[in-house]
Amino acid sequence: MDLSEFFLVRYAPEILQETGTHLFIVAIAVGVATLIGIPLGILITRQVRWRKPILGIANILQTIPSLALFGFLISVPVIGGIGAQTAIIALTLYSFLPIIRNTYTGITSVDPAIREAGRGMGMTDRQLLLQVEIPLALSFILAGVRVATVIAIGIATIAAAIGAGGLGVFVFRGIAMVNNQLILAGAIPAAILAILADWGISLLERRLLKKGSQATTKGF
Amino acid sequence: MLQKQETVIEFRDVSYSPQHRAIVSNLNFSIRRGEALILLGRSGSGKTTTMKLINRLLTPTQGEVLFDGIPTNQWDEIKLRRKIGYVIQETGLFPHFTVERNVGLIPALEGWKPKQIKTRVFELLNLVGLEPEQFAKRYPHELSGGQRQRIGVARALAADPPVLLMDEPFGALDPITRLEIQSEFRRLQQELGKTVVFVTHDIQEAFVLASRIGLMDTGRLVVLGTPEDFLGSQEPEALAFKQCLRGIASSEASFPQFSDGDSNNGKWI
Repeated sequence: MDLSEFFLVRYAPEILQETGTHLFIVAIAVGVATLIGIPLGILITRQVRWRKPILGIANILQTIPSLALFGFLISVPVIGGIGAQTAIIALTLYSFLPIIRNTYTGITSVDPAIREAGRGMGMTDRQLLLQVEIPLALSFILAGVRVATVIAIGIATIAAAIGAGGLGVFVFRGIAMVNNQLILAGAIPAAILAILADWGISLLERRLLKKGSQATTKGF
Repeated sequence: MLQKQETVIEFRDVSYSPQHRAIVSNLNFSIRRGEALILLGRSGSGKTTTMKLINRLLTPTQGEVLFDGIPTNQWDEIKLRRKIGYVIQETGLFPHFTVERNVGLIPALEGWKPKQIKTRVFELLNLVGLEPEQFAKRYPHELSGGQRQRIGVARALAADPPVLLMDEPFGALDPITRLEIQSEFRRLQQELGKTVVFVTHDIQEAFVLASRIGLMDTGRLVVLGTPEDFLGSQEPEALAFKQCLRGIASSEASFPQFSDGDSNNGKWI
């Protein structure tokens, strides 16, 4: 078989372009979710009465089928409609739960004795948070971002259904044309992308945690 | 040793009963400058609670605790705590900080210059018997239990607070290391003239360290006095604790003989 006939090669320029779109949508969505989700996760460790509503909403968002959410957002004015913007909003909503929950879990799982030692020595809440709690919770927090990214890469394939582009374009086209090669031309790069993102973030994780020796993994 | 009778901490009719559950009640006593007051009691007797009332990790639900003559609830809590060193069981060290950063924590928060902090840290490590060059860059998990506890003491002493609160700091150590570190700490405390409030359930430890012993039982202070006073007490809880002393080498000067039938003649049983 001629190599240029192989479908991944044949569609290569298109695959590259859609991979770019795909990554762009995911990066913006996870970025925004991280910027909002981490502070929210910290907030609910401080304000207990916000914990249930915030985690509850994030939980509910996660259970909405993605196709339904995309479809629903098309009809919503201002934030909705057809295109990448709607996809980014939907993916942001999906990314909240792992990020908020992991931030919350990470900070609350810091040994209470360590927190109390800090408070007892006269650290302010801010100092305790920035110097002790966040560094010790960092592996949890980054794991949340990692999970959110992998999920978002998967769900972003559905975004093609509302005209947002991305690798889902091949999948939907393949389904419509009953062409398995086309479906795989979208699915395989998406899977590779998810694996690479997972690997990349865990590399970053290790790099960041190196500073604290094995303290956070070996631990408290 | 002559002691100034100056009061540093005073409990005035203090009770702490969150949700109407009395943890400690009607505490009335004062702690003098330079003394080592050991709060002795079983688990749940309220000794740790009593200690946390001093640095305002807890606030009394009734009465007031005075530090330097001012009720703790009128102090700025951060300022108050910076005047009081705090040592708890080994978990209190920050696992992601080196020994140097752990010990230098309070000076750093107080805005000392890095050079000053380093000098102070090295001084303190020498003081607690650890070679600074060897230990400064290590992390807590790379240390033995005894070494961690020394670091804990060094950290509490860093900004030279007049008062130290210690909550069973040596509880997790093996008996030999514990005895070693106890007598060293006793020497250090007398040398530095710190006021120490020390919580323990170990009567032996109380006798090694105490200028005075405060015995707590179900939230009340039932005995307060010198170790000799304690030995003379007929309080049931004090008798129960003295039971634990029997059989411990009583030939040592600080442990008077107990003559209640079984003549152990100062030997170990």
